[in-house]
Parts: sequence; structure tokens; C-alpha cells
Amino acid sequence: MSRRPRDPHHNEKIAAEFDPAADDGGPKLSRRSFLKGAGAAAAVAGLLGVQPAAADDAAPEPPLAGAAERLGPGPATFKLRINGATRTVTAEPRVTLLGVLRDHLGLTGAKLVCDRGACGACTVHLDGAPVTSCMMLAIDARGHEITTIEGLGAPDRMHALQDAFVAKDALQCGFCTPGMTMALSAALEANPNPSPAEIKHAIAGNICRCGTYPHVIEAALAAAQAARGQA
Amino acid sequence: MAASSSNGFRVIGTRPIRHDGVDKVTGRAKYGADYAFPGMLHGKVLRSPHPHANIKSIKIDKALALPGVKAIVTSADLPALPDKMEAAGEQAINLNHLSMNILARGKALYDGHPIAAVAATSPHIADEALRLIEVEYELLPPVMTVEDAMKPGATILLPSLRNKEDGPDKETNVAAHLQFKRGDVAEGFKQADYVIEREFKTAMVHQGYIEPHNAVGIYNADGHATIYCSTQGSFVVRALSAAVLGIAEGKIKVVPAEIGGGFGGKTTIYLEPLSVLLSQKTGHPVKLTMTRAEVLRATGPTSGSTIRCKMGATKDGKLVAAQCWLAYEAGAFPGSPVGAGAMTIVAPYNIPNILVDAYDVVVNRPKTAAYRAPGASNAAMASETVLDELAEKCGIDPLEMRLMNGSEEGTPQTVGPPFKRIGFKETVEAIKNSPHYKSKLTGANRGRGVASGFWFNVGLQSSATVNIHTDGTVSVVIGSVDIGGTRAAQAMIAAEVLGVDINDVRPTIADTDSIGHTDVTGGSRTCFATGWAVYEAAQDCVRQLKERAAKLWEKKPDEVVFENGMLSPAQPGGELKPMSIKQIASRLARTGGPIVGRATVNARGVGPAFATVCVDVEVDPDTGKTQILRATIAQDAGKAIHPSYVEGQMQGGMAQGLGWGLNEEYFYDDRGILRNTGLLDYRMPTCLDLPAIETAIVEVPTPGHPLGIRGVGEVSIVPPPAALANAIYHAVGVRMTELPMSPPRLLKAILKKRAAGEAQAAAAD
Ligand code: FES
Ligand code: FES
Repeated sequence: MSRRPRDPHHNEKIAAEFDPAADDGGPKLSRRSFLKGAGAAAAVAGLLGVQPAAADDAAPEPPLAGAAERLGPGPATFKLRINGATRTVTAEPRVTLLGVLRDHLGLTGAKLVCDRGACGACTVHLDGAPVTSCMMLAIDARGHEITTIEGLGAPDRMHALQDAFVAKDALQCGFCTPGMTMALSAALEANPNPSPAEIKHAIAGNICRCGTYPHVIEAALAAAQAARGQA
Repeated sequence: MAASSSNGFRVIGTRPIRHDGVDKVTGRAKYGADYAFPGMLHGKVLRSPHPHANIKSIKIDKALALPGVKAIVTSADLPALPDKMEAAGEQAINLNHLSMNILARGKALYDGHPIAAVAATSPHIADEALRLIEVEYELLPPVMTVEDAMKPGATILLPSLRNKEDGPDKETNVAAHLQFKRGDVAEGFKQADYVIEREFKTAMVHQGYIEPHNAVGIYNADGHATIYCSTQGSFVVRALSAAVLGIAEGKIKVVPAEIGGGFGGKTTIYLEPLSVLLSQKTGHPVKLTMTRAEVLRATGPTSGSTIRCKMGATKDGKLVAAQCWLAYEAGAFPGSPVGAGAMTIVAPYNIPNILVDAYDVVVNRPKTAAYRAPGASNAAMASETVLDELAEKCGIDPLEMRLMNGSEEGTPQTVGPPFKRIGFKETVEAIKNSPHYKSKLTGANRGRGVASGFWFNVGLQSSATVNIHTDGTVSVVIGSVDIGGTRAAQAMIAAEVLGVDINDVRPTIADTDSIGHTDVTGGSRTCFATGWAVYEAAQDCVRQLKERAAKLWEKKPDEVVFENGMLSPAQPGGELKPMSIKQIASRLARTGGPIVGRATVNARGVGPAFATVCVDVEVDPDTGKTQILRATIAQDAGKAIHPSYVEGQMQGGMAQGLGWGLNEEYFYDDRGILRNTGLLDYRMPTCLDLPAIETAIVEVPTPGHPLGIRGVGEVSIVPPPAALANAIYHAVGVRMTELPMSPPRLLKAILKKRAAGEAQAAAAD
């Protein structure tokens, strides 16, 4: 996967990288839990310049870098680009992107499972790259294109992966499915001709307790093939 | 896939696309936590940070004063219930224990035990309110293991708990002692040339469904309540919630949402009554969802256990005696699956002399809940590895050993009547003939292990309605939630009977007001029992269709034949043309009105399930890490309705069994606090940990069932831990007796063996 290898611990690493306490071996207070718990203006202002999902890419300069912005602790009103539309959200700065999607915008396709970046069920795309939306504050998603499972395809024009998931029976209870699909669609975008090992790598951070992994891998291979056939 | 299957079925045995597939891949399927209602409040639960403590006082005024907080409830808001087994709906249960697990009453009995619940305008405010509730605890020593709990003078968890053996005056942590006996074990062991006896310890593990528990409760001013939740049993939720709340069962409607995995763990209640109680107090809908930490700390797990297993065989491999002792952690309240463990431990084998003692023991851990073939995996870990050792002593191939001693039709069960027709040996043969077993495994530190497993399966009650619509399409209404293919399988059964296209059948899962009583989706019963009800309901439609055609043709119903979806006169020739269901459907009004087929069953004659698995592993002797190279499972499905879903159950159960064997475990510290409450530390298998699991479906029909179905949901989890242990032995020569066989444990065993070898070598020098 050329563009961005899907590292299951990507978000934590990013979080740790910008964790002020991490370097000196001090208490491991993650940046996100700190923000979530405090919802404090100063913290937000100081850290807003960091765009977790874009940190290891040559990303455009974050829109609010360095700005001494005051947000919170009460609700703030801000705009997000979601599935091609601009949505205005009023939420406390401590609310995660997943929280805004599910509780404020009714986009319940992304699932809350661990809230710690450990399972992949909340995966969405941020500028085309997979991120675990439970590990990102909604305000940090400003200025980025967010795609959720609802925006990937619709019943009348499903993404090749969605078709393949149904055809290959790549789900049992279906709870991991939106996250799997989002992780894989980003991976296929980056690498239209993946090997099974590369597919495994792409979903290494997505837990399926129903044990459907082999079917998921089959579906991804089939979708890749179908997409190449079309092109 | 083939359009039609063998043995005379048209739809059954094929692999149509599931009806809920599109909803689930587009994110539209609604799971419990996806529901939202106008004015809805959010609930959170305060949980005990101590594993064992008297609750001296709970002060809620500060929390109540927080803006946005609407209500707080404690056990004082729930009725006191009798401390004895009582009927709640269809099951007998100690309602006092059930209620005390919803909200602690007087005592906190495990880390995470609910103390109070808050409803507020946002989840964040509810969270903040929890921090403002002041609870005064008097700490008591935690009792974490069955050994400690069973010691004379042990700290007592439940002062009113008694068991039959010790009588009415003795306080105890042992809720029950069961014994199963056949023949005379002392005599049996005398005939044995080889006797192996080992003690095993297995860790508490969680079902690990990735969807956290959830509930939305809406209490109406007229005294009726509705609960939306993800559950395996909407009728169980209704009965148990009604009992805990002290309201009539009929006043609660449960709407089952889609369910993100359950594996047995969603067959009881946690948040459901709280959502109703908080809604009643506030007049708003209230939603509660658990965090992952709450799920791990306070729901589900299945028992850790200590098991001693002694088995004897003659030189030529005949098993002559087995004696087993099992003690299972029930958690804070009685009810571990130790009875099932005891009844399954040697069930695959015909052994003339058996003595099994089983103890249900309370400890300061969460109350255990069902987990896929509850109790059987622990037990099989013991018996199936001891059997492997015996096979080695006898110099007999382990599969041959199983075939020589395997249960078959007529073999007495540990309890109950002899087995009817079963497919155990067929599963062993299927592994013997599998490409996997026939392949050669080479390389250092690699080994192959096999093991078998048994599960009872259950029947119980189901209801079904089949409607013929005016356009000839069909709807199937059932009360069994779809946890992995139920809709498709039920629709297929109706399509088979009615001779219609599977895409013309629409399956619906109804709420508790809209369908007759239906027991849980669990016990591997859904396809068997609900499938039976759907089969009968569809037959009911056929009967009515014939009557209607007879009316139109002015004939008697028995002068009409129904075949492949076509009604035709029994005497061919003449004017009358055969009619399809579609054709007659539009004319039903003229023949007496709509056709609704209905049936209910209390399904008896359930067919037990067997599975045999084969696993190849490679062990890294320097780290103790085991990599699974290849895995195959053979399982008797009776008749596979939708083979993909049967395979899915086989693979899913095996995947869980492999995780149980190698990784998963509850870590309590010495203060009794659970230390691994997240998915990074409670590590379930990812795609990198598992090979593609190969499957062989065996079909030995269950006698008496109209389609020969056997439940397939559970037995697949039984053999994997033992098969892994056997494979590890054949890889590196150590016999593991503890689960999980995680790298530190395995490395310790490897180093111990190495040290013993070196000591021996030194002594020989
Ligand atoms: S819920 Fe976000 S990674 Fe698990
Ligand atoms: S399908 Fe159930 S968790 Fe993946």
C-alpha cells in the first residue's frame, strides 16, 4: 500500500507523538483523553495546529495553525465537510468526530466499540485516508474532507467493496463491517492491486469477533478485481 | 455456487445472498445504540471500584444538583425480590441475585458492580454526575479463585447462600455440588494399563462481542414501556426486566435491534431495566450504552476453572475409566456452566466407568453469562489433552483412538437416555480424510494436534407466521433475532416448502407484541426450532392454498396437489390449468380472504452436535509465541440449510476457541481489580493471528426433525484449545495444562523442560 500503510496503532502513535508528557517518561496522559476530559480552551488552542491524520503526509498547512482560538468548555459551532456536504455542528470541543457523526448528525454507520483506537469499527476517511474517528476530536476534522460509510455508496450505487461484501458473505453480525469496508476502500484506492498479505495489513487494526476475516479478504480481492475490470 | 443442492432440495443447501446484507454494508442497519428519539436523555452507570465491599451509604444530592442531571436511581428504587429460584417468564432464576446484579444492594461483589445510574441531557454530563455521587464503602477481602473460595473459613460473598450438602446452617461460597456416575471407577482403573491424571487451570474469558450492551427505554404514562436493545432474546429481556422492575410482563414491549454479536453473552439483562426506570423517573426516553471497559468489567465472561481429569486405558487403547473434578467460577452470583462442563467432559466417548464431581463457586468476579457451548471448552481442554497422552502411551493415532472409543447411536450419555443417531465418528473420519490431515507437516518446532468436542444443543419454543401477500410474495415473521444468517435460513425453509423464489420471501424479526413467545437465539436452537416452526407455518399455508384452489375448482382439498409452487388438480387432464402461488394470491379475496400460516413449537428430540478439529502450529522456543499455521474443523450439521452460514459458525467458533487457547484472559491484580479493560490488553485474534479456517460439513440428519437439522452455533468452540495444546506438545514437547497458552506461560514451560533436560544430562555426565 503505497500511500499510507494502515497501521493499527497509527492514531495512538500520533497521539503519543504530540503528548506533552510522553517524552519525559511522565504519566502517559494521552492527548485525546486530556482534551476529552478537560475540554479546555488553552489545550485546544495549543494543539489545534496538529492534524493527526495528516501528520505523516505532506499535508497542506493546517488551517488554524498557531491561531489563539478559544473554544469551549461550552458548545462551539463549527463546520465539517462530510460526504461532500458542509454540515454545521454545535458541540462541545471535547466531542470526538465519532460522537459528532453518531450523536449529532445521525450518521450511525461508524460504530463505537472501544473508543480507544483499538478495533477499527469507527473508521472513516479523512481526505481519503482511514482514521479511527473515536481518536479524533471533531474540531480537529475541520477543513478536511470526511467520508463515512453512508457516503461511500448507497443501496442503488454501492461501492465495489460493498457489493463484494454482500456477494462473498463477508459479514456475520455486521458490526465490524462499516469499519472494515472503510479501511479497505482506502487501501484499494491507494493500491488497486493488493496481495492478500497487503489486504491483511490494511485490516490488521479491525477486529471481527465473528471471525469473518477470510471472507473479508476474499471480498477485497474480488472488489479490487471488479474495479480493475471496470477501469 | 450451484443453483440447486443435492438430496432433493431446491433451495435448502444453496447459498443465496442474505436479506440484510445491503443494510449492513451501507451502514443503514440499526443496532441498539443507533436508536435516538426526540427528547432522549443519556444514562450512565456508577460502578464499584472495589471487588468486595459493604456499601454503607450512597449520597446523590450533589450529583442531582448538577445542571442537566434529570434522575439518579439506586437499588432502593427497585423492589426487593425473593431470594430463591422463581419463574421469570420461561426460566427459573433467583430474582434477588438478578436484581442485585442490576444494582448492588448492600454489597458490591466485583470490580465494576453497578451502584447507581444517572440520566442527564448528555453522556458527558451523566459522566460528570457519576463523579459527584458519594459512596461510602467498607472494604472486605476479595475472594478471587475457586480454591480460595472453597477453603474452610473463606470470606463469604453471599451470607444467605447455602448448598444441599452442607445443610441450612452453613455459610458457603459453593452454590452447588453435582455428581454424575456410571459403573465403578475404582474397578475401571484396575483394568487400565495406562492411567493419566492432570490438573488444569483455565482463565476467565469474555465472549468479546464487539457491540457494547445498549438499551433505550421509553416509559409511557399509561404504564406501558418499550425497550429497544440488542439482545439474543427479546422475550427474555421482557420477562427479566419485568421481574426486576416489578411490572407485569405484558406491559413491556421489547423491540430487538440488529445485534453486533452475542455468543451467549446477550441472553440476560444489564441496562434494560435501568433504561425503563430512568425513563419512568424523567418522562423522557433514556439511552444507556456501555463502554468497552464496562463490558469487560461487568458483563459476560465465562468461567475460569480448575479441573482435574484422570483417565485410564488398556494397552490396546480401550478407555475403561474416567474420573473428573471440576470447579468453575460462577462470578458474584451462582450459575456457572459447571454442570454442562461435567456432562460434556467425556461425552464423545463410550467409557464404562465414570465419576464426575462438579462445583459451582461464587467469587468476586462478574456474574458469568453463557458463552458458546458454555462450560464445554474448559472441560474439553482437560479430557482431550489427557486422551492425547493416553493415545501416545498406547502408540495409537489420536484419531484412531477417538474412533475406537467414540460415542455412537446407543452409547449411554453421561446423563439421560442413550444417544440417538449422532455424527461424532463421521467428524473424526472427515478430519482423517481432510487434505489438511493428509498433508505432511515438516519443520522444527512445528506440531499438529487434534481434538473433539460435544455440545447438547437445545430445542425450546419458537413461533412463526408466514403470510402470502396479494402479489404472491411471502413474508416470514419470527421472534428469533438474526445473529449470523437467521433471516436467510428461515426464508430458505419457507421458500423450499412453498416452492417460491428465495427473493420473493421477506423475513422479518418481530417485537415481543407482534409474534408468539420465542426463546433466545442461543443453544444452537434457532435453525432447529424456529426453522421447525417456519417449516410448519409454511405447511399451514400449503394446506390453505389447497383449500382455496379446491374452492375455485369446485373440488375437495384432497383432490388438489401442491408441488414446486404449483397447485394442480390431482386428476390431470380436463379444463383446469395448474396455478402458481402468484396466480392464486391475487384471487384470495374471492376464496375467503388472506392466507396466514402459523405454527408454534416446543421442539423436542434435539440432535446433539459434535466437532473434530485439526491444528498445525509453529512455536518460537525463544519467546513462547505460537503461530497457527493451518486449521480445519469438521462438524455435524444434520442438514446444512445455508452452507455458508454453517461454515461461518464453524469458523467463528473455532476462531474464538483459538483466541481462548492462546491469548485471552482476565487479569485481576491482588486487590481484585481487573487490569485489562480495553481491547489492546484483552487481545482477541486479528486477521494476522488466524489462518483461513478450512471446513468440512458432515450431515447426519437429526431423527425426528422434518429437515434433519442440528444446531451448529456452538460446538465449534469446544475442541480448539485442546487441539492447540496437543499441537504445541507435538511441536516442542511440553504438555500445557493452563489456558491461555500465552507466550509467557509457554516460555516458562519450555524453559522448565530445558532445565530439566540439562539437569538430567549433567547427572548422566
Ligand atoms: S471505536 Fe474507534 S477504534 Fe474502536
Ligand atoms: S461480523 Fe461480527 S464482528 Fe465482524
